[in-house]
Amino acid sequence: MMADSADSADSADSGTNEVAVIGNTDLTSSESENNLINTMVERGTALLRKMEINVTEAEKRTGKNTVNMQETYTVYLIETRPAEAFPEGGQPSAPDTLWRRYSEFELLRNYLLVTYPFVVIPPLPEKRAEFVWHKLSADNLDPDFVERRRVGLENFLLRVASHRVLSDDEIFICFLTEEKKWKDAVLETGFQDKADSRLKSLSAMFRVKNPDQQFTALKHSSDELNTVISQLLRVRAKVADRLYGVYKVHGNYGRVFSEWSAIEKEMGDGLQSAGHHMDTYATSIDDILEEEEHYADQLKEYLFYTDAVRSVCKKQDLIQYELEMAAQDLANKKQQRDELINGTVRIFSLKGMTSKLFGQDSQEQRETKLAALAQSIEEGEEAVMEKNKECREFCKTAWADIELFKEQKDRDLREALISYAIMQISMCKKGIQVWSNAKECFNKIHTCTPTLI
Amino acid sequence: MSGQTVPADFSGHMLDLDEDEDLEVFSKNTSLADGSSMPNSPSSMVNQYRLEEDEEEQQDTNTKDLFITVDNPESQVTAIETFIMYRVLTKTTRSEFDSSEYEVHRRYQDFLWLRSRLEENHPTLIVHPLPEKFVMKGMVERFNEDFIETRRKALHRFLNKISEHPILSFSQHFNVFLTAQELTSHKKQGPGFLSRMGETVRSVANSVRGLKSRPEEFTFMQEYVEDFSSKICSVDKVTQRIIKEQREYLDELKQYGPVYAQWAGSEGDLGEPLKAVAGCVERCSKETEENNQHLSEVLAPALHEYILCAETLKLQEEVDGLSDRMEMANDALKGDWSHWKKSMRSDLRSAFISTAEKNVDYYEKCLAVWESFLLSQRVEPIEQRDGEDVS
Repeated sequence: MMADSADSADSADSGTNEVAVIGNTDLTSSESENNLINTMVERGTALLRKMEINVTEAEKRTGKNTVNMQETYTVYLIETRPAEAFPEGGQPSAPDTLWRRYSEFELLRNYLLVTYPFVVIPPLPEKRAEFVWHKLSADNLDPDFVERRRVGLENFLLRVASHRVLSDDEIFICFLTEEKKWKDAVLETGFQDKADSRLKSLSAMFRVKNPDQQFTALKHSSDELNTVISQLLRVRAKVADRLYGVYKVHGNYGRVFSEWSAIEKEMGDGLQSAGHHMDTYATSIDDILEEEEHYADQLKEYLFYTDAVRSVCKKQDLIQYELEMAAQDLANKKQQRDELINGTVRIFSLKGMTSKLFGQDSQEQRETKLAALAQSIEEGEEAVMEKNKECREFCKTAWADIELFKEQKDRDLREALISYAIMQISMCKKGIQVWSNAKECFNKIHTCTPTLI
Repeated sequence: MSGQTVPADFSGHMLDLDEDEDLEVFSKNTSLADGSSMPNSPSSMVNQYRLEEDEEEQQDTNTKDLFITVDNPESQVTAIETFIMYRVLTKTTRSEFDSSEYEVHRRYQDFLWLRSRLEENHPTLIVHPLPEKFVMKGMVERFNEDFIETRRKALHRFLNKISEHPILSFSQHFNVFLTAQELTSHKKQGPGFLSRMGETVRSVANSVRGLKSRPEEFTFMQEYVEDFSSKICSVDKVTQRIIKEQREYLDELKQYGPVYAQWAGSEGDLGEPLKAVAGCVERCSKETEENNQHLSEVLAPALHEYILCAETLKLQEEVDGLSDRMEMANDALKGDWSHWKKSMRSDLRSAFISTAEKNVDYYEKCLAVWESFLLSQRVEPIEQRDGEDVS
């Protein structure tokens, strides 16, 4: 789909620009990630227009936990500063900082989950290292893991800060700015009571008679995405493992060529220097695979996002169910009133049975009952109206957020694939370099002896 | 495969070869008389050897007058046994040969016979080894295609090595081997002779060890051969290990691409880049397969051959050490030894260069694959932006 002639000038120019950009395939994945973050910031919320947010450092702490045992944990430094902190050529102002540990992030996220059930809440980086290949540490205190987690936490904060609804939340802002007061504030919201009932409802097995088509389809596609990303991460980890083996084994050439060169007059130098290049080749894989972990992390984010989507669908299910229950309840009451009026007992009720057994109500009694029922029905009708409204609003706001989420997902994952390609290109270039160097060394091997033995 | 490439002015004497890739080397090279750079076609690089600036003085390529190929392995079935018959084609201008072209058929046993004859008649010279009689590791059938092909190449190299040798190539047995339609009448003794001789020699050698004063050169050569043998074995082990690791990597890679393709199936806009990535991974795994194959077909056999050479040399020393005609043995051996060493350096250098080149080629191809993916993705943002502006 090429631009039409009116834009041809532009596209011709941009065409040239694009070719120039391709030349810069030396873009590292961290630069690419910065681009991602910059995109989020550009599509700015009021919060991000005011405030710059970073998670800059990680530190180990030890302390006593709730059961009075010594534990070691990591804290992360959150830096915030006013967004216009970079006057031309001036010094950036010092940021406000506070330390947070992972469990505090979890608390924040749980609060958001309960408070905004119609929003796909951004996920946290994984609690424990999964999809690990053998050389990668599964230890939470491993510095590489901590570093990747730092990046993930920053990513989380920026995602929340760039969400048009979540970014306005006071508790969130408090999390960023008030180190000590925050915890009390979040607990005061009483969200945990709601959380308990929410947990119950999420795990409850209930059947909705008229499930919403859109949300059902969404749940299925989200589950599908979860499955396929899990599989991809698993296979990728195996591939990484094997590739590591290939590179490392080449390192043996370094040692063996060195030993061999000691007994060769003419071949010695060539072999020795070729061997050094093989060592370089073998060590290069460590950085290559470390960078690839960033790609895996981008995939993992969307793996965890599928859980958040699932949550929203479940909530919709619950509201739908509650609506159906309210409607059913109303219908029952109406039925009872009708029976009372007509004197027939359709629905089994204790009152009905007793009246059968012990005789009909008096006119007065009947009228009292009818009045009570009428009241109940009125309340029931209001309840149904409320629930209906709640349901419709939920569906509307949730679906709007989901549409935005889908666009974001497509954009982000496409960028992730591009950054993966850039990584592969970098790896290939390194390979070309090393083997060309090795070839030069082999070339220098003389086959003629200056003198016979 | 000979150790040198054939210059253009010998095109008239070039063999009429069939399409085997590894034999393209004869037909494609027209510019190597001056020892300039190698041709770029990857297929012609397989098993190709490069000319050195300093020419070998022993066998100048311009005087090569004996061209041999071993090809066409065919299964022969008799009442007693089944075996493979190879076609041996010879073209020559040497006067020792009655005709300029010969076509004969030989089986492995015949090669064994030839080699034992050569060793018997020239005990002080280094005779190139043959591929092994049996394959020790793994259950490889004698009639497995890969095995036959590997053996055929090694037999081809064997005959070419002999043909390059200034003394051995003029051996009467060699002549007979290349020319006689029926070899049976020429075979007076069975192929077991060499191994029997070898054992006898070794046991005698052990009993007289120390009684003869060995010249310094011998000791040096002996030590070198021991060291060389162990070093070359190490290089071979590393190479085998790399082949294995690459194969396992390839197995995982083959599972990787399809997952992207599967994912693409359930996506909308994201499907297109996902499918493209699946394609990239698939193409790269094909290249990986080719790269690994090259390793198995070029470097591994070259190393293996020199492992066998080293074994031969170890035996050789025993024989030479006993020789009563020590002085004569010295000179003949010195020359041969030098020739062998030069040959070794040249062959292994070529094999390593070829391997390095193949790796560069592999990475260049993969680079192109991923760059074309990037190109395809970078175009789209323009269209999106135009769309937004227009609306």
